[in-house]
Amino acid sequence: MRTASRIYTALVMIFLFAPIAILLVFSFNDSKSLSVFSEFSFRWYRELFRDSETLGAVRNTLVLAVSAALISTVMGTAAAVGIHKLKNRYLRAAMDTVTNIPMINPDIITGISLMLMFVFVGRLFGAATSLNFATMLIAHITFCLPYVILQVLPKLQQMDKSLPEAAMDLGCTPMRAFLKVEIPEILPGIVTGLIMAFTLSLDDFVISYFTAGNGFQTLPIRIYNMTKKTVTPKMYALATIIFFVILFLLLLSNLSDADTVQAVRTAREKRKTAKRG
Amino acid sequence: MKKILSALLAAVMLLSLCALSGCGSSKALTLNVYNWGEYISDGSEDSLDTIKAFEQWYQETYGEKIKVNYTTYASNEDMYAKLSSGAVSYDVIIPSDYMIARMKDEGMLLPLDFSNIPNYEYIDESFRGLYYDPDDTYTVPYTYGVVGVIYNANVVDEADVGGWDLMWNDKYAGEILQFNNSRDAFATAMYKLGIDVNTSDKAEWQRALDELKTQSPLVKSYVMDEIYNMMESGEAAIGAYYAGDYFTMLDAQADGVDLRFYYPERTNYFVDAMCIPSCCQHKELAEIFINYMLSEEPAIANAEYIYYASPNSLVYESEDYREELGEEAMEILYPGIDNFSELYNAYAYQNLDSEMLDFVNTLWESLKIA
Repeated sequence: MRTASRIYTALVMIFLFAPIAILLVFSFNDSKSLSVFSEFSFRWYRELFRDSETLGAVRNTLVLAVSAALISTVMGTAAAVGIHKLKNRYLRAAMDTVTNIPMINPDIITGISLMLMFVFVGRLFGAATSLNFATMLIAHITFCLPYVILQVLPKLQQMDKSLPEAAMDLGCTPMRAFLKVEIPEILPGIVTGLIMAFTLSLDDFVISYFTAGNGFQTLPIRIYNMTKKTVTPKMYALATIIFFVILFLLLLSNLSDADTVQAVRTAREKRKTAKRG
Repeated sequence: MKKILSALLAAVMLLSLCALSGCGSSKALTLNVYNWGEYISDGSEDSLDTIKAFEQWYQETYGEKIKVNYTTYASNEDMYAKLSSGAVSYDVIIPSDYMIARMKDEGMLLPLDFSNIPNYEYIDESFRGLYYDPDDTYTVPYTYGVVGVIYNANVVDEADVGGWDLMWNDKYAGEILQFNNSRDAFATAMYKLGIDVNTSDKAEWQRALDELKTQSPLVKSYVMDEIYNMMESGEAAIGAYYAGDYFTMLDAQADGVDLRFYYPERTNYFVDAMCIPSCCQHKELAEIFINYMLSEEPAIANAEYIYYASPNSLVYESEDYREELGEEAMEILYPGIDNFSELYNAYAYQNLDSEMLDFVNTLWESLKIA
């Protein structure tokens, strides 16, 4: 039984990480082939940093992901607070369902319907081109929003209702109580929502594909478009770099989490000893 | 509380609206170029960065700043879908022949003003009057290519080499790769049987299907892009593809694999050409760009990067270019350029009407299911 479970774990690990390992190894291959490893070299990394189109696409992707994540986090948090404050149970259930629709909707339908809407509105105002960075940003905010709401709403529900009330009893204005008491309380939800929105926007292909305009191309679209010829190993190099950056961020956030847990624990110990004393 | 929240929301909305209008009305002169992915010299491996070079050249010549918005597509159909949605505007596009014919028929292309494209004189005579643009009004050819058969000489006997028969030779069962796309796969059978690939006679297509059915037990798999790795590694020994792509495989072949290439008697040709779509906003600028792409330095850089044949005499007559490619590659990439238009108009794919396409696809599915 024990060996069986070990084999199972090993298999899961292999299927999860073998593709990344292969990509990593072949990003250092001197030749273009995926079947022959000729010689270790940084050739594709050099090529990558010389390729202005790809670097431009990386920049576009990052600009889009950061702005979409920030805006959708602000809007999503505000929406979650609003939904949480709704008194009418039915209205609240209705709002919950409506905000979830973009999440359940298949990407391809979201993409096409957004494109049609942008074209329609663009025609209405007589614009020659209706797709550009802004339309892509709106599209990305649209599909990121429900994820932010989904992260923030449970935190609001878990929060002790008497906390902001106590703050206001002690003389806080409602705004101050919100900023100083409620926000710190739901912050983990907001941060998770932000990170989710960022990653979702970063690797979205389908919706971006339909809403991309003339001059704004993201990385997933650029890689997809390389299929007339083969995808160059430059992309393996790029994927390897992205993988390590994300790994580093993950480690960093885990470390800081561990620090916070530790800090909370020591603070609690101190309080306990203080009480006893 | 509520007021502040709604104010915040309104601010965010307003911000995104500002961004929307802000991006729409940028004043700088921009040229939108829409091309295949990996289909222009982009500065890698010490090549010329064509787009940057054009921007620089334009500023030096006309004293005006220009920005080229260069984006890519993966297939003719993707490009067509994007353009016909009416949501975008491009100034220069580079579709393939059959798509040009279709777009021209649908009024999606503008006639070119050749007085702005003096370099057109360098395009070889045999690339004029091709079926998709018989009067040479809409297009300037960019690249062309010919389908041939690639084989591993360590597996295949030289005696069996020469025609399409090799792909039907049962000596090499399980070593053969066939196109995983109806038009290309049917064409191999039709060239073999000597049938016109653009025929509207359904019985002829049926004959080609029967030929493909006799081949299917010998086929290792039906592939498109996968052909690169399968041929390079020696996993398969016979497959048809474009001459330019053969050199990509040759570059990466494994030890013990000896890839070679030949042209069968009848085969497919393609031409990709630069056109100006009707949604173009800077037509003269687009023509200047097309003209620049035909001038010596960028044309040679692109031909060396893409590794497809160029119809531009500045390229194939250039000593540097011939030296860079080597004699063998020149012979394969440029086989008998003299009667190109004749061969092309006889054997290249032309647009089938939608009823024929449906019929061919039904046949294709019956092959894939069997």
